[in-house]
Amino acid sequence: MSGSFRTGIGGRIRRERTVRFRFDGVTYAGVEGDTLASALLANGVHLMGRSFKYHRPRGVLGAGADEPNALVEVTRGAGRTVPNVRATQVELYEGLEARSQNRWPSLALDVGAVNNLMAPFIPAGFYYKTFMWPRKAWDALYEPVIRAAAGLGHAPTAPDPDTYLNRYAHCEVLVIGAGPAGLSAALAASRGGGRVMLVDEQCEPGGSLLAEPDVRIDGLSSRDWIARTVAELQANPRVTLLSRATAFGYFAHNMIAVNERLSDHLAQPAAGAPRERLWQIRAGEVVIAAGAHERPLVFPDNDRPGILLAGAARTYLNRYGVLPGRRVVIATGHDEAYRTAIDLSRAGVEVAVIADLRPRPTGPLVEQARALGLAIRTGCAITGSRGGLRVTHARLSAILAAGKLGPPDEIACDAVLMSGGYTPSVHLFSQSRGKLRWDEALSAFLPDVSAERERSAGACRGIFALDAVLADGAAAGAAAAGIDAPPALRSTAVDADPAGVMGAVPHDRGPDARAFVDWQNDVTSKDLKLAVREGFQSVEHVKRYTTNGMATDQGKTSNINALGVLADELKRPVEKIGLTTFRMPYTPVTFGVLAGMARGDLFDPVRTTPIHGWAVENGAVFEDVSLWKRARYFPQGAEDMEAAVRRECLAVRSACGIFDASTLGKIEVVGRDAAEFMNRFYINAWTKLGVGRCRYGVLCREDGFVMDDGVVGRIAQDRFHVTTTTGGAARVLNMMEDYLQTEWPELDVWFTSTTEEWAVIALQGPKARDILSGLVEGIDLSPEALPHMALAEGHICGVPTRLFRVSFSGELGFEINVPADQGRTVWEAVWAAGQPHGLTPYGTETMHVLRAEKGFIIVGQETDGTATPDDVALSWAVGKAKPDYVGKRSLARPSMSAPDRKQLVGLLTEVPETVLQEGAQIVASRGLKAPMPVIGHVTSSYYSAVLGRSIALAMVSGGRARMGETLYSPHGAGEIAVKVVGPVFHDPEGARVNV
Amino acid sequence: MTRFSAFELFRQGLTGQSGWKPQWRSPEPKAAYDAVIVGGGGHGLGAAYYLASQHGMRNIAVIEKGWLGGGNTGRNTTIIRSNYLFPESAGLYDHSVKLWEGLSRELNYNVMFSQRGVMMLAHTVHDVQVFQRHVHANRAAGVDNEWLTPEEAKAYCPPLNISDNMRYPVLGAALQRRGGTARHDAVAWGYARAADRLGVDILENCEVTGIVRNAQGAVEAVETTRGRIKTPKVGVSAAGHTSVVLGMAGVRLPLESFPLQALVSEPVKPVFPCVVMSNTIHAYISQSDKGELVIGAGTDIYTSYTQRGGLHISQHTLEAICELFPQFRRMRMLRNWGGIVDVTPDRSPIVGKTPVPGLYVNCGWGTGGFKATPGAAHTLAWTIAKDAPHPINAPFTLERFRDGFLIDEAAAAAVAH
Ligand SMILES: Cc1cc2nc3c(=O)[nH]c(=O)nc-3n(C[C@H](O)[C@H](O)[C@H](O)COP(=O)(O)OP(=O)(O)OC[C@H]3O[C@@H](n4cnc5c(N)ncnc54)[C@H](O)[C@@H]3O)c2cc1C
Repeated sequence: MSGSFRTGIGGRIRRERTVRFRFDGVTYAGVEGDTLASALLANGVHLMGRSFKYHRPRGVLGAGADEPNALVEVTRGAGRTVPNVRATQVELYEGLEARSQNRWPSLALDVGAVNNLMAPFIPAGFYYKTFMWPRKAWDALYEPVIRAAAGLGHAPTAPDPDTYLNRYAHCEVLVIGAGPAGLSAALAASRGGGRVMLVDEQCEPGGSLLAEPDVRIDGLSSRDWIARTVAELQANPRVTLLSRATAFGYFAHNMIAVNERLSDHLAQPAAGAPRERLWQIRAGEVVIAAGAHERPLVFPDNDRPGILLAGAARTYLNRYGVLPGRRVVIATGHDEAYRTAIDLSRAGVEVAVIADLRPRPTGPLVEQARALGLAIRTGCAITGSRGGLRVTHARLSAILAAGKLGPPDEIACDAVLMSGGYTPSVHLFSQSRGKLRWDEALSAFLPDVSAERERSAGACRGIFALDAVLADGAAAGAAAAGIDAPPALRSTAVDADPAGVMGAVPHDRGPDARAFVDWQNDVTSKDLKLAVREGFQSVEHVKRYTTNGMATDQGKTSNINALGVLADELKRPVEKIGLTTFRMPYTPVTFGVLAGMARGDLFDPVRTTPIHGWAVENGAVFEDVSLWKRARYFPQGAEDMEAAVRRECLAVRSACGIFDASTLGKIEVVGRDAAEFMNRFYINAWTKLGVGRCRYGVLCREDGFVMDDGVVGRIAQDRFHVTTTTGGAARVLNMMEDYLQTEWPELDVWFTSTTEEWAVIALQGPKARDILSGLVEGIDLSPEALPHMALAEGHICGVPTRLFRVSFSGELGFEINVPADQGRTVWEAVWAAGQPHGLTPYGTETMHVLRAEKGFIIVGQETDGTATPDDVALSWAVGKAKPDYVGKRSLARPSMSAPDRKQLVGLLTEVPETVLQEGAQIVASRGLKAPMPVIGHVTSSYYSAVLGRSIALAMVSGGRARMGETLYSPHGAGEIAVKVVGPVFHDPEGARVNV
Repeated sequence: MTRFSAFELFRQGLTGQSGWKPQWRSPEPKAAYDAVIVGGGGHGLGAAYYLASQHGMRNIAVIEKGWLGGGNTGRNTTIIRSNYLFPESAGLYDHSVKLWEGLSRELNYNVMFSQRGVMMLAHTVHDVQVFQRHVHANRAAGVDNEWLTPEEAKAYCPPLNISDNMRYPVLGAALQRRGGTARHDAVAWGYARAADRLGVDILENCEVTGIVRNAQGAVEAVETTRGRIKTPKVGVSAAGHTSVVLGMAGVRLPLESFPLQALVSEPVKPVFPCVVMSNTIHAYISQSDKGELVIGAGTDIYTSYTQRGGLHISQHTLEAICELFPQFRRMRMLRNWGGIVDVTPDRSPIVGKTPVPGLYVNCGWGTGGFKATPGAAHTLAWTIAKDAPHPINAPFTLERFRDGFLIDEAAAAAVAH
C-alpha cells in the first residue's frame, strides 16, 4: 500500500502547496485544502482508529460530521490537546500533530484487541449480568479495569490557555447549511431586504456541491455557481455568512446556538487570537438546509479499514483528489453509489464489481455504469469481508428467491464502498420540537409539523434531485423573507432514485458473525436482537441497553439501520417503533466556548465598595460575601487572623474602630403607604416610629422563619431607609415587589435599591463621638439630640450625610452614610481625625466577634431557614398588636411555640481557652455513641479578647429553660463540656451604647 | 428466569447468547390488583419490588405511561450520598446507602454502585461554617463525612483547581467516602426484573388518567389508557408529574415542577476519580464508567413541564466546571438533556399517606432523589402494606407543611451575611 493515492488533477485542493503533518509520530505530506483524513488516505493510510469496546482496527468511514471511526487526538501542547476529533473535519495545517486513540502499545498492534476474542461472551449489556461477586470487588477491581478500557482519547492535562468569545445576534432569516438548498435559500431571502444569516459547518460554502465538479447550474460550473452566489451574498451588507460555524442547538422561540471555529485550522494562530465564538442567534424565521447523511450497509465484518461510504469515497475523489483504493468493490442498495463507481472508474480505479442488493435497479445512473462496461451484479448481497488492518476481499452472495443466499464468492479488492441510501438530517428540526413523519418510500423520517417559525429545504426534507433542491431552497428562503420565489434554476444533474435500504443485509454466516450497526460503540445487529430477546422493546431501551447511537457521532450513521433491525425483529412497522430523541448538540461543542469569557474575575462580577482601595492599600485580607469583596481583617506585621482580630476587638472596646459597612443592602421605601407596607412586611410595628428614629427590623418568610434583618430608619413620614443583610438585598427587594404587585397592589409605595448610592462608614467605640464631633455640620451629636437608635441628616466634611446612631458592637456607634463617590474622601477624613484617638480599622471577622459578645444574631449563621423570631430571642420585635404581617399566620401554629424548639443560648466551655468549632453538635450527656440524640449545634464561636475567654452562641432544644445546665459537644473520641448561659456576654445592661 | 452470572454469560456465549429470556414480561392489565404503583421509575418499581419481596403482596402492578426509567430515573446524574444536615434526612438517605451497598446482589443485577466518594466544595466562610456543621451533624448521626483542606481535596481529586486565581477559591471540602454513583438504567431494569420474577405486572405505555374514589372517598380504581383497573391501594411515584396525578384525586401538593438539565462530555480515559459538587458556584461532575464527564447543576428558573431548559443554564454550569477544572475547557459537550423535577418548599421529599384513604405518595425529590431510590421505595412499600408510616419516612409527611415541621435542607444554602 505504498505510493500516492493522490489524483493528478481535480479537487478543491492546492496540490502545489505541500503541508507536512505527523500522525502517530510518522511524518506525512498532504496538500493545502486537505483534511487529516483525506491526507492520510492520499498516503494510503486507512487505519485511523480502534473501536470502543472490541478495539477493532478501524478506517475512516465517512467524510464529515458523521464519522464514527477516525477519531484522533490533535495537540498543540499539553493545554491545547483535543481528544476525539474527527479526522474528517480536521483541516490540515503545517506541523499538525495527531495521535490515534484507545490503543496500546500502537494502532497496528493493540493489546486491547483481546476483547475482540472475548466478543461471544461480552454481548450488549454483559456488565449488568456479572461483576457482582464479591461485593467489594466492583470498586476495587472490576470498575477500574472497565474504566481504563473504556474512554477514547485523553483529556488535556493542563489548563487551556485559549480564549473564547460569545456574541448575540438577531436576524430576519437564518439559513442553516450552505449546500445548494441553503445557498439558494439565503440568496432568495436576501432579496427581501432583511438581515439574513447563513451558517455552515464546513470550511467553505457549497455543501454537497463541493463534491460535484461536473454538474452545471444556470449555465455555470458548480464551482462558479457557488462563487457567484457567495459573491452576491457577501456584497450585501445585510447578509452575514459564517463558515466553520455549526448550528448545534435549536432552542425555544427560534434561538439557535452556533459554534464558530476561528483558529483551529491555522498553523500559527496569532497570539491571543480567540479559538471559537458562540453565536446565540434569535431569528424571525429559520430555514434548515442541513442535508442528509449516507447510510452504511449492515453486513458481517463491515468494519474493516478500507470499507467506507460510497458517497464519502466520491467526496475524497472529487473534492480532495484522493483515491480510496486501486481496486474497489461497490456494495449498494441505492443509485448514488453508481456515481462513485462511474467517477472512480473514470479516474482510473478498477471497479471490480458493483454488488446491488436490488433485484432490478434501473435508471440513468445504472445505465451509465453499464455503458461504461462496469460489472454489475444485481440481487447480490455483500455477506462479509476479509483482511487484517485493511480489507483484502469482499464476500458476495446472490440473493435467491425466498431469502436464500447462493454460494459465496470472494472478490479481491483494497476498498469496499457501500451505500444504503441517504438519511435526511432532521436533528435540528427535531430539536425544535417539530413532529416527524415516516416516509416508507424513502425509508426515512421527514419533517412534518413545525413547532417554530421554521421550514426545512432540500435533502433534509427528502428532496434530493438537484433542480428540485435548488427550487425548494429558493422557495423556502423567499417564503421566510415574505417575498415571491425567484424563477427556478436549471442544472445538468442526473437524478437518482432516492429510495434506499435499511436494516441488516441478509447473510449466511451463522450466529457468531458480527455486522456492525454502530461502529464506534461496537453495536452489532446481534446485540440489537439480543436486546429485543431480553424484552427491551422501546427504542429508548434498546439504545440504552446496547448503547447504539450514544457514541460521539450520536447515531448519525447508525440510528436508521438500528430501527430497520428492530422493525424486523419486533415485526412492527418502523413508525410504530419511533426514533430516539434528538438532543443538542448536533456535534460536540467545546466547554470553553460555552463558558466564554467567564473565568477568573470575570466568572462573576466583583462588587467592591468605594473604600475598597483604601482597604487594599492598608493590607486587608478579603473574603467573598455574595458578589462582594469584604475586608475580613487588617493584619499588622506578621499577625495572623487570630492576633489581628484580638487587637481590632480590643481597640473597638477601648477606643474606636472604623468599619466599612457599605455592602449592607439598602432599599428606600417611599410613598403615602410606606408605613403601612412596612407594617405588613416586617414583623415589627412601624406606625409609631418617629421621624429621625431607627428600629431593628426582622423579616420572615411566609412560613414564619427569619429571612433577613437590618436597621430601618424613618427619614420622613413617608420615607424609610431600610437596610438588609449583604447577601439578602436583592432577595428582599424582589420579595417586596412580589408582595406589592401580587398581594397589596392598592398600596401607594415604591422601592428603590440604594445599596450603591451610599457608602457606609461605621465608627464604633467609646471615642466615636469625639472623633466625629469636629467633622459634622448641622448635626447635634449630643446624646440628648441624637440618642441611640436615632438618625440625623446634615453634612460631614462638607458632604451631605444620613448619620445613624446605631451599634452592632455594643459600643457607642455611628454609621455615616454618604454619597458613594464621596465615600473614600470622608473615610480618609474620619481616619485622619481618629488618629489621636487610636482609631483602628477592622474587618468582618472582628465585627462578628463584637456582635457575638453582645448576642446579636447573624441571619444565615444563627438562623438557617428553620428559626422563628422567638427561637432567636427576637419575639420582642414582633408588633403584637398588628393585624397581620408576612409569616404571622404560620407563627401561630402550635409547632412554632413548642417548648423543645431550638432556642438561641450562649455557651461557655468549661476550659476558657477551648474554642468550639462552629457547627459542632450539642448533646445532653457524656459517652454517647453514634447515632446519638442531638439537641443543638454551635452557630458562632470565637475567642473573646475583652472577656479573656471563648464564647459561643448555639441553638439548643429548649435552650432558654436550660440556663446553667452543663451540656456536651462531641469532639474526637470524647466531648467538650459547656455551660448554658444567656446569649449576651458583654455589657448585658447595655450601658455602653447609651453614652 | 435465568440467573445472571459470569458463568451464564459464558454458557450463553457458546450459543450466540440466544437463550436469554425477556427481563420482564409485558402482560395485559388485569381487571383488578391488590395495589397499583403509578410511575415506572426507580422509586415506583422499587416500591413494587419491596411490596412483593417484603410484604408478600404479589398481585400488584406498576403502571408507566412511557418506558420504564424514562423519567428522571434515566435522566439523572446518579450522585449518591447521605451526608444531609438533619437527622431525619440523614436517616432516610443513609438507609438508602445501606440498601445500595447490597443492591446488585439482592436484585441479581449489577447496578454498578461505585463508592468513589462525593466531595462538596466550600468557597466562602459561610460555606465552611455550613459544611462543618454537616460534618459534625453527620458524625453524630453515624453517617460518614469528613472535612478536607484544599490540599487534601486536591489530593483526592487531582484535576481540582485550588489556586487563588479563581473568583471563589476553594476553602475546603466535605467528603463522604461512601458516596458515589450508580448506573441509573440498571436500577429501573433491575427492580423491574426482580419484581416481575415475584409476579408483579409491569404495564408500560399505560397512562393513568384518573383516580376513582368510592362513596367514603377512598381509592377504588384507576382509569388508564389501557382501561379501568380496580384496586384499593394506589402508590404514586410520578416525580415531576406527581401533582398532576394527585390532582386526579383532588389532592393538592406543595410542589413546583422545574426543568433540570444535565450534560455529558465525549468519553475520555479515566481522569476524574470521584464526584465533586459545588453548590456555591453551581456545578457538579463525575466521570462515568464509559468515560464521559457527567455534569449538572441547579434547576432552570421557570416552572415547566417541557423536558428541556435554556442554554444559558448549561453555559453557567460549564463556566463553573471550567473554573474548577481549567484543563477541561477543551473537552466537548456531547449530549445535553433535561428532566422535570418536583420541588417542595423545604427541599425534602413527601413520603407516606395522603388525605385520601388508600392513596400514598412518594414525591418531592427534586434534584436529588435518585440516591434515595432504594430507601424511599423500601419505606413506601411498608407504608402501603401496613397503611402506616415507617419510622424512617414518618417525618416526611405532607402535613408538615401545614404544621410547620419542616426539614429544611435548603437551609444549607441560607443567606450570606
Ligand atoms: C438532570 C437530572 C439530574 C439529576 N441528578 C441527580 C443526582 O445526581 N442524584 C440524585 O440523587 N438525584 C438526581 N436527580 C433526581 C432524580 O432523578 C429523581 O429524584 C429520581 O430519579 C426520581 O425517581 P422516580 O422514580 O420518583 O421518578 P421518575 O424516574 O421520573 O419516574 C416517574 C415515572 O412516572 C411516570 N408517570 C408520570 N405520570 C404518569 C401517569 N399519569 N401515568 C403513568 N405513569 C406516569 C413517568 O413517565 C415516569 O417514568 C436528577 C434529576 C434530573 C432530571
